[in-house]
Formats: sequence, C-alpha cells, structure tokens
Amino acid sequence: MPTPTDPAPAAVAEPAPASSAEPPVIEFVDVEKRFGDNVVLKDLNFSVRRGERVTLIGPSGSGKTTILRLVMTLEELTGGYIYIDGEPLTHQQRDGKRVPVPKKQQKKLRTRIGMVFQQFNLFPNMTVLENIIEAPIHVLGQSKKDAVAKAHSLLEQVGLPDKAEAHPTSLSGGQQQRVAIARALAMDPEILLLDEVTSALDPEVVGDVLNILRQVADTTNVTMLIVTHEMAFARDVSHKVMMFDGGRVVEEGHPEKIFTNPEHERTQKFLSAVLGES
Amino acid sequence: MTHHNLLAQEADVPADQPTTGPWWDWAFAWEILPDMLTAFVQFTLLVTVVGTLIAAVLGLVIAILIMVLPRPLAWLVRWVANFIRMTPIVVQLILLFWAFLWLDALTIGIIVFGVHYATYMSEVYRAGIESVPKGQWEATTALSMNAVRTWRRVVIPQALRSTIPSLGNYAISMFKDTPFLYAIGVTEMVTLAVGEIGGTTFRYNEAVTIAGLIFLAASYPTAVLINRLEKRLAYAH
Repeated sequence: MPTPTDPAPAAVAEPAPASSAEPPVIEFVDVEKRFGDNVVLKDLNFSVRRGERVTLIGPSGSGKTTILRLVMTLEELTGGYIYIDGEPLTHQQRDGKRVPVPKKQQKKLRTRIGMVFQQFNLFPNMTVLENIIEAPIHVLGQSKKDAVAKAHSLLEQVGLPDKAEAHPTSLSGGQQQRVAIARALAMDPEILLLDEVTSALDPEVVGDVLNILRQVADTTNVTMLIVTHEMAFARDVSHKVMMFDGGRVVEEGHPEKIFTNPEHERTQKFLSAVLGES
Repeated sequence: MTHHNLLAQEADVPADQPTTGPWWDWAFAWEILPDMLTAFVQFTLLVTVVGTLIAAVLGLVIAILIMVLPRPLAWLVRWVANFIRMTPIVVQLILLFWAFLWLDALTIGIIVFGVHYATYMSEVYRAGIESVPKGQWEATTALSMNAVRTWRRVVIPQALRSTIPSLGNYAISMFKDTPFLYAIGVTEMVTLAVGEIGGTTFRYNEAVTIAGLIFLAASYPTAVLINRLEKRLAYAH
C-alpha cells in the first residue's frame, strides 16, 4: 500500500496535522472503476490524512468526480479497496477473497462523510430548515431543539440567517448551494466531498460560495476532497493537488509547486488551457 | 317506444301498455329524484370514494414493491398487476362475485374497483417515482437517510406532485364505471334509472337524464378540485 506523503515545500496553506499512529482518513488501494467495458479508474492508490485538503484536477472524463462518488458510495467499486479511518468501506479481504462489507458497517462509515453536489440537490418539498435538520434528527438521533439551533447557526455562517422557512426553489443558485453546504456541515462530517460546487453557479456568486468554503477550511479540521475548476481556490485551500488524466494520477504535490512549476507535460498543458495562459 | 330510447330497446313493451305521454314529465322527474339521489350516495359515491382510497394506497404499494423487491418477486407483482389491468372490470366483478358468494355484492364491488384501479394508479406512481431526479436519491445517500425516510420524506412527496392529475382522472373514470355494478346486482343509480324505474314505468328519459346530470354535477367539481390541488402542490418558481 503506497501512501504517498507530501514532501510539502513551504506551505501557503497550513500543513495538515499528521500523527503517524493514526490511519489515513481516506485510503484508496488498487482501486479500479469500470462502467461496463469502460475503465474509468485504474490501479489507483492514494491516501488523505486527517484534516488534509486535497484537490483533484484534470480534464473532464479523467475520473475525478468518480473518486468522490466512490467515497460517497454512490458508485459501486468494481475493484480494489477504499478505507475510511482504516476500516473497509465497500469491500474487504477475507480468506484471500474480496468480499462486500456488511451493510451496517458501510452505513456507519458513511455517516462520517458529507457531500456537496454541483446541482445542490436540496429537497424541494422541504423548507431550508427541514432540509438541514432532517438527517441530524433521523440519522444521528439529535433532539429537534439541538438540530434547529445548530441549523440556525449554520445558516448564519453561510450568510442566510433569514431563509430558514424559505423553500429551496425560491432561492438563487448561490443561496441554494450555501444551504447545501450548511446541510452537509450539520452532520458534522469528518470528510467533506465537494463536487464542482461552483460549476452551476452564476460567475458573480462563485466568490461568495468559495469564501464560505475557505472559512470552513480555516475554522474546522474537516478533511476535504475537492473537485473544482477554480484553480485560485484550489491553490488557496488545498494542502495537496492531484492531477488526473485517463483515470491515473499524472502528478501530485503541493499546490504551489503544481501551479507554478508542474513537472509533467500533461499538467503543464492542462493548466495553461484552464488558466488561459499560453 | 320512441327512437330516443336506445337503452330501452330490449324491454318488451306489452301491446296494451300506453306509450304516450309527454317526452319529458317534470312531475315524474321530481318524483323519482329522491330515490335516485339515495342510490347515488348509497352505492355510486360509496364505491367511488372507498374504491379510490383503496386504489390510491394499494397502487402506491404496488409501485414501491415493484421497485424494491428482488427481481423474480417484482416480476410476479408486475405480472399480476398487468393481468388485472388487462382484463375487463365486468369480468372481474362477475368472477369474484361467484368465487366469494359469502361476501355481499357491494363489498365485492368496492374491492374489485379498488384493486382494478390500483393497477392503473401503480403505473402513474411508477412514472412519478421515476421522475424524481437522481440527484435527490444521491442526496439521501450522502445524508445517510434510511430507505423508509428516503421514501417517506423525499421520494413519495415529490412523486405525488406530478401524479395528482392522473390519479384524479382515474378516480373520475372509476366513478363513471360504477354502472358495471349492475352485473353483480348492485342497484346503483344507473341500474335504478334504467332497470327499476324505466323497466316498471316505461319512462326512461327523465331517469337517464337525471342520472347523467348527477354524474356531471359530481365529476365537474371534482375535476376543478383536482386542478386546484395540482396548482397548490406545484412549487413556486
């Protein structure tokens, strides 16, 4: 199990606190994902330490989003293993065979993972408040009073203190995404998966959403796995950037290094295309 | 017998029976109205309301079962539902009436109407459930919501929104099918009009017209109500 540790040149983002005894929060071992005959990810090995923020970049179709979806168990893992806090998420080895883990264990691990989607995916039949308190009450077993109090403070944090009773469809895209962030944070996740969270937003509200995420990064120790096309954001918040192409990691390292001095030709090409430099 | 009365063609008109009289007799219409309203409430309305409730609930159960059961069982449920949907309701009424002789005809009627229309409504629900975007299911997974909460709080409420108009139309359709109860001897309103009143007095115009008007008077407000409900359930955009 190769666990690539970052040599971390002078850090812009503060380095993640790492304790050598603790297992990685996320670990991919020989992960393979295929849709039918189409191999999307192949022999993928990497790990993420607690509190680390990792951004996945690369052309579309390179498998970045699939990685987040595998961690969230939205896609079936067709080969290899994913460990969360050292425990197998979908499959484990038993007597030399690859067998699925009990559903109960998967559910338990999954409550530690939160996800924010490109299309927000708020429940349109519930109010903003109901969206946020549903899972804390019915999954985590919090009292309604606690869940509501927490929801209000999260809404404050994302700048929507007066929208608790609003319906999602009456909100703008940027506001919906801020509610979605609050909804994910209400579960106190160890791991937050951000799947192109600003791609569906109008350009003028992208900044607001990213600022909220910066603030979350600054004030919590939540581990983040980020897929984004916002390179400035990636550079600001991540400890590590992984460049994907064709289902493989082409290059990985500290954002400063990847963005200013990429080694691999594929990364150079991709970045110059995205950043509009020649 | 006038040529207006198609329904009455089978009735034997005794030669000595006078078939004269006005085409429309207000006094006669007034006289039969209470009986017809009673039959309407007692049978037509009862079967429709209880039948619709059964159909609405059972239809949803069928739709969900087809989606959550393991494949062979889901196929079995779907096959049985298709079979019921593809056979005429009159045949089902008569068969079940003779198969369950110890049950009264009205109960049989309610059950047959409920189950028959449940199979139609299950298709409507299925379409409604399939119209819930994939992202909604994914959000419930991301929030670790269990299957029961997912169905109850997210999928069913959103599926219902698009199904209300079709469900309402099936309710009205069931309502208009209630004269088939004639086949198992339930004297609902139309049977009363044609069979009892028409058959004994040889006056059909008033009874049949009144029956039609009562149907219209009940269907139209229902359709308006469904329309309103549909608008209320639509989200503000």
